[in-house]
Amino acid sequence: MMSASTEQVANTPRQQWMAVLARADASQLEARWQALALQPEYQFIRQPEIGLTMIRGRVGGSGSPFNMGEMTLTRCALRLAGGTLGVAYIAGRDKQHALTAALADALLQEATQHDRLQAELIAPLAAEHQKNCVEREAKTRATQVQFFTMVRGEDE
Amino acid sequence: MYVAVKGGERAIDNAHALLAERRRGDRKVTELSVAQIQNQLPLAVDRVMTEGSVYDPELAALALKQASGDAVEAIFLLRAYRTTLPRFGYSEPLDTEAMQIERRISGTFKDLPGGQTLGATYDYTHRLLDFKLLAEGEQPTELETDDRPLEPCPRVLELLNKEGLIEPSPKADARPRDITREPVDYPAERAVRLQNLVRGDEGFLLSLSYASMRGYGDSHPFAGEIRSGRVAVELVPEELGFPIVVADIALTECEMVNQFHGSKTEPAQFTRGYGVSFGYNERKAMTVALMERALRAEELGEAVNYPTQDQEFVLSHTDCVSANGFVSHLKLPHYVDFQSELEMIRRLRRETAERDGQTEEAEV
Repeated sequence: MMSASTEQVANTPRQQWMAVLARADASQLEARWQALALQPEYQFIRQPEIGLTMIRGRVGGSGSPFNMGEMTLTRCALRLAGGTLGVAYIAGRDKQHALTAALADALLQEATQHDRLQAELIAPLAAEHQKNCVEREAKTRATQVQFFTMVRGEDE
Repeated sequence: MYVAVKGGERAIDNAHALLAERRRGDRKVTELSVAQIQNQLPLAVDRVMTEGSVYDPELAALALKQASGDAVEAIFLLRAYRTTLPRFGYSEPLDTEAMQIERRISGTFKDLPGGQTLGATYDYTHRLLDFKLLAEGEQPTELETDDRPLEPCPRVLELLNKEGLIEPSPKADARPRDITREPVDYPAERAVRLQNLVRGDEGFLLSLSYASMRGYGDSHPFAGEIRSGRVAVELVPEELGFPIVVADIALTECEMVNQFHGSKTEPAQFTRGYGVSFGYNERKAMTVALMERALRAEELGEAVNYPTQDQEFVLSHTDCVSANGFVSHLKLPHYVDFQSELEMIRRLRRETAERDGQTEEAEV
């Protein structure tokens, strides 16, 4: 298990799959999405659109908020023929990533598609993310040190 | 004052074509791709993102390519691009304690819960040119891994906080002023100073930090903790009303510990300076933390004796785009101004010569 995981906020199932879709590598997401061969009917509420969000930090990491700097973000909102709303906010400027994530978000809310999408899209993408985290952590862990302080001459 | 001039369009077009040719360099050498810059010059990319104040590694790499590697020009390009985009609100404040640690060191405690982890660092390298990198062909890297998970890494300064020996971080949840939307008033609040410093020029802040540590200021702190790694960015979209993760971004944080001798109301204790940068720019995070603390002199009741402690001096000169713009404007036509100064110098010379001539005549 990850010790310093970034997973703690994603608590509802929808928040969890939205996080997985946002973190997914765009080409992997697209490949898995195409493999599902789904062609849902939908209407845009919001066409994929590129913008910025201001990232906020906290003074001292835990104090009052401050504005750290912006990041690029692409958002998309759509409605399936059945009325379900799909939303995506994805870092970067990949409109296709945002569109696919919004479609997946909508279908995941539909009982007919949920289990299949969860098994064939979300679970493998989440596993991939987890694998990357574990690999990064293993490389980092190998650089952990034990420092020994030397006695200085003047202390003797 | 500079004046408008006309003409020169053809010369300008040709100059830009010449620039493009020079940027490309020798065509016998393979062209550099943006992906190569993004992957193989990541620290240059991190600097452009931090001072350009836009987290987007691909855009920062593109800006570096377009700017022929000139960081200030690339930062200018990124700042210009950001003005073309709409703003989708603000993120939730980052929880950096939940960072997936890729480096974490402390200059104050040898043994820490979670340990000291070097990560990928130029520290301890011998600074000898590595001619293997000059040779053609890729060098394999053999990497050792350690599958034991990292222990939790609590904030180092909280260890001091438990003893009450360090000031707590301020805990107001007021909406911080955004200097990209509102002008800075002096004295500026801490959130404004921090936003300004984070996007400030690294060289300027490094030199000010150096001056401050050498005695032109009173800031010779300890590096309480430096940590780098990935942090989740969450925001609350208006159409959802609950927070969602939009990405993990790479960040470097630094907390400095300074002495504080106490005041009428506060006991002697340690104080904090906080710095952060996008990516793995540790030098920048450290200098932000140093200057963040130096600029707290006034609010802590310390004497403000040096420019490094003067908010208006520091904060109004941190921005490399503004600084570069003002210095560069000297290249614009100042022909009329200069003509008038030329006339004045000639007149003064003439008047002096005439007066001297009269004096000589009077002496005769």
